[in-house]
Amino acid sequence: MFNSDKKTMSKEILTIKDLKTYFPIDKTKFVRAVDGVSFNIKEGEIMGLVGESGSGKSTIAYTVMGMYKQSGGEIIFNGETITAKDNKRNMEFKKNAQIVFQDPGSSLNPYQDVRQILSLPLKVHKIASADKIDEKILEILDMVELPSNFMHKSPNSIGGGEKQLVSIARALCSNPKFIILDEPTSSLDVSIQAKIINMLLKLHKDRNLTYMFITHDLSLMRNISTKVAIMYLGKICEVAPTEEFYKAPLHPYTQMLLSAIPVISEAEEALKPKKVVSTGEIPSPVNIPKGCSFHTRCNLKMDICCNEDPVMHEVSKDHFVRCHLYEDSVRK
Amino acid sequence: MTSKIDNNLKTKDMKRKPWFIKPSTKENLRQYWYKFSRNKLSIIGLIIVTISILFAIFAPVITPYPQHVREYVDYSSAKLAPNSEYIFGTDVYGRDMFTRVIFSFRGALYMTVIVLSLSVPVGVILGLLAGYFNGTWVDTAIMRVTDIFLALPPLILALAIASVLEPNMTSSMIAVTIMWWPWYTRLVYGMARSLSGEYFVKNAELIGASKAHIIFREILPNCLSPVFTKMALDVGWVILMGASLSYVGLGEQPPTPAFGQMISDGSRYLPDLWWLTIFPALAIAFIILGFNFFGDGVRDMFDTGR
Amino acid sequence: MNDILLDIKNLKVWYNTYQGYAKVVDGVNLHVFKGEKVGLVGESGCGKTTTMKTVLSVLDSSKSHIPEGEILLNGQDVLKMKDNEIQKVRRNNISMISQAPSAALNPVFTIEQQLIDVIKYSNASKGLNNKEMYQMAINAVNSVMISDPERILKSYPHQLSGGMKQRICIAMALVTPRELLIADEPGTALDVTIQDQIHRLLRVLVEEKGRSLIMITHSLGVARELVDRIYVMYAGNTVEVAKTKDLFSNPLHPYTRGLMECVPRLSGGGVTSGIYGYIPDYINPTPGCRFYPRCPNAMDICSKEKPQPIEVSDGHKVACFKYTNS
Repeated sequence: MFNSDKKTMSKEILTIKDLKTYFPIDKTKFVRAVDGVSFNIKEGEIMGLVGESGSGKSTIAYTVMGMYKQSGGEIIFNGETITAKDNKRNMEFKKNAQIVFQDPGSSLNPYQDVRQILSLPLKVHKIASADKIDEKILEILDMVELPSNFMHKSPNSIGGGEKQLVSIARALCSNPKFIILDEPTSSLDVSIQAKIINMLLKLHKDRNLTYMFITHDLSLMRNISTKVAIMYLGKICEVAPTEEFYKAPLHPYTQMLLSAIPVISEAEEALKPKKVVSTGEIPSPVNIPKGCSFHTRCNLKMDICCNEDPVMHEVSKDHFVRCHLYEDSVRK
Repeated sequence: MTSKIDNNLKTKDMKRKPWFIKPSTKENLRQYWYKFSRNKLSIIGLIIVTISILFAIFAPVITPYPQHVREYVDYSSAKLAPNSEYIFGTDVYGRDMFTRVIFSFRGALYMTVIVLSLSVPVGVILGLLAGYFNGTWVDTAIMRVTDIFLALPPLILALAIASVLEPNMTSSMIAVTIMWWPWYTRLVYGMARSLSGEYFVKNAELIGASKAHIIFREILPNCLSPVFTKMALDVGWVILMGASLSYVGLGEQPPTPAFGQMISDGSRYLPDLWWLTIFPALAIAFIILGFNFFGDGVRDMFDTGR
Repeated sequence: MNDILLDIKNLKVWYNTYQGYAKVVDGVNLHVFKGEKVGLVGESGCGKTTTMKTVLSVLDSSKSHIPEGEILLNGQDVLKMKDNEIQKVRRNNISMISQAPSAALNPVFTIEQQLIDVIKYSNASKGLNNKEMYQMAINAVNSVMISDPERILKSYPHQLSGGMKQRICIAMALVTPRELLIADEPGTALDVTIQDQIHRLLRVLVEEKGRSLIMITHSLGVARELVDRIYVMYAGNTVEVAKTKDLFSNPLHPYTRGLMECVPRLSGGGVTSGIYGYIPDYINPTPGCRFYPRCPNAMDICSKEKPQPIEVSDGHKVACFKYTNS
């Protein structure tokens, strides 16, 4: 657990303690998709989760929602604890926590029209009675700024951006407190992405939502999140409030990732950390390197990194790093 | 992208569309027709299918000698080659071959309708259950039984069942139905299994929808296109199976005509009284070819071209 | 002044759909000099992949129709070539790397077999025996910075990671001497750090061997790092072209400007509201400029006539009536 000051002002919506999700390949080998992750998300925050493939960011999202079985650790959502033994999600959870997936094409049933798609959560959670359903659907479409004639459109006749808006509308139907957005705009064009992100920020403000926003696009993350966590091979490397994360990134992996982003102006180039040339491939989650999992690609590695796995330390207020380089600064 | 709620849109006016058909606006139907009609053979298939159905329904009205399909003997007109009075000739009992061939369409299509309307729902539901509950005992139980049925040679199975029961149309329909459902289970199982992992199904689970809703409202509609295609192509096979059974004396009993039965009876007289076997055989070929072309068109219709 | 290697003049490509012809590419003008790296930037549906597929003549002729245009490769019109001539072009002059490396490699053959096939069918294999061709393959795999090439050659595509596969595709494209390499969003399916490696590799290889490169991408940032000149495409037209530095310091076309505003900045400051409107209907396009319904600077003439490209400064052309008089 982190040694953070207790914030008595805002409630914690989601707390994860040492969450593990392992997938067995055979009797001895496991894929350690999520390997001991802890963080908390307070009401009203937008937590960003960044990482490359194999980092486990989507796996965390799916494990929290209950799609994957937890192998260890605790998930505390809205006061209720969920452990590996008791993995069911009750209707309260399903009402208050929703998820928007990455691929707009397969998120919507091609054989239903928008009306049927949106009426499902309304019926299941009894948000609106049978005769008021259509009214409610129109209200929700208006919330995401889609015209009312969308009710009878089928997913095949609407574009990718609009499909994502329907997915977001569907997530809003049950009046949730918390929405996980798993790379919602990665498959969309930049101009459509801008519309969707604006919509998400507006909804966040108007309806007092809390988001967990997953993406690999660091430039996007800079503009949307309040704090950022970066993951590598199932573990968190660094967590910090957004501005500090980008101004003073500490972990070598964070620096490597930030230096590789393509930007479009000189001004932004100057903001990137010094170029770290990334070499080699990302190791497979089946064979995670011993010691610090990043040491095979780290340009600042020391002897200790090959043998000992570093532990999360708070380096400055709310800024946590898991790296041997900063262990001295914590020693008081 | 701002819009106002259209307050004039009365909720009563919104028609509820049948849940298993794609929101069928005129748009979709036009698209289906376009895709179907691109191949000229499919149109020919459609024409043949329509003709066959019309023959089956209107047989008593369009044939010259409808009484010949019941008890009838007229040795004076027996064994006549095709002529102006009897276009397909007459058989050894003096019955008009043309009338008998047209009436055989009835039996063939009737059997197909019954067989498919029983075996397809059973097969599809079992496939859905096994596919959605994949990995559990439900999956294992259903698929192993399906495997057993699929391992037995279809015709042998049908013969065995039909010979145990009394030889009539009902028994042969029962026999063919019993060996037909596993193919649909196998077809739907694979699709249901992969669809269970799709995001929209997962989302429905995360919203809290009931299992019945997920199986029948989310997964089933996505499995139907290959099922319909297979049904269209299966018509030919069921008719062939029915003809095989009636060839060995099971199925429709005389005096009611059936294709296989007529071919069997007439084969003794080849090559002299060639019209006794050739016309029924051509009729079978006509129907099967027609339904195959039609089935290809149905497949093209549902092909998303991805 | 370098020679022009590829010159696309007023190319139009239409697709058959049940509603009529979709006029997807509507007068594209593009040229590439020898040894130059050119970027083709545009969003999905703007026609960039269609244009490149037309250059290689791999469009399905039953579903597409080319009413107008010329594609001159070293002076010869590709559209008028016969099948065996195009075959020669594909074997010796142009190669293409596609978006998804897993789809581009045949899963049932080893990498060695696929590489050797490429060598065998090109002119470079004249007079070479098997051992020499194998050596060429090894050199190609080495050049894309893969260690242990022998093991990789004996592997099947599914045994390699995404980054490796894309590097093999690049190796396949460059193993025999070709004049032009078309790269269709080569980094999209890959992680940021691997994408970075692939782009640097492409740049080095192309410059080393003096080849030309056309890089299709929807990301302005990627184009900025990699190419010398950028074409911006919208709804089937090349609306602006400029040297990289000029385009970013002085974007002229309203679409280019809108696009740049939409890109989230590393400096923070929030996200803009995007570009108003939708991409136009290709089947019944409105006359005039296709960007007219979405353009913040729209004028009357824009809805009636189609703007032709005008040279505003050295190498910087824009198709917009805003600049006609200045």
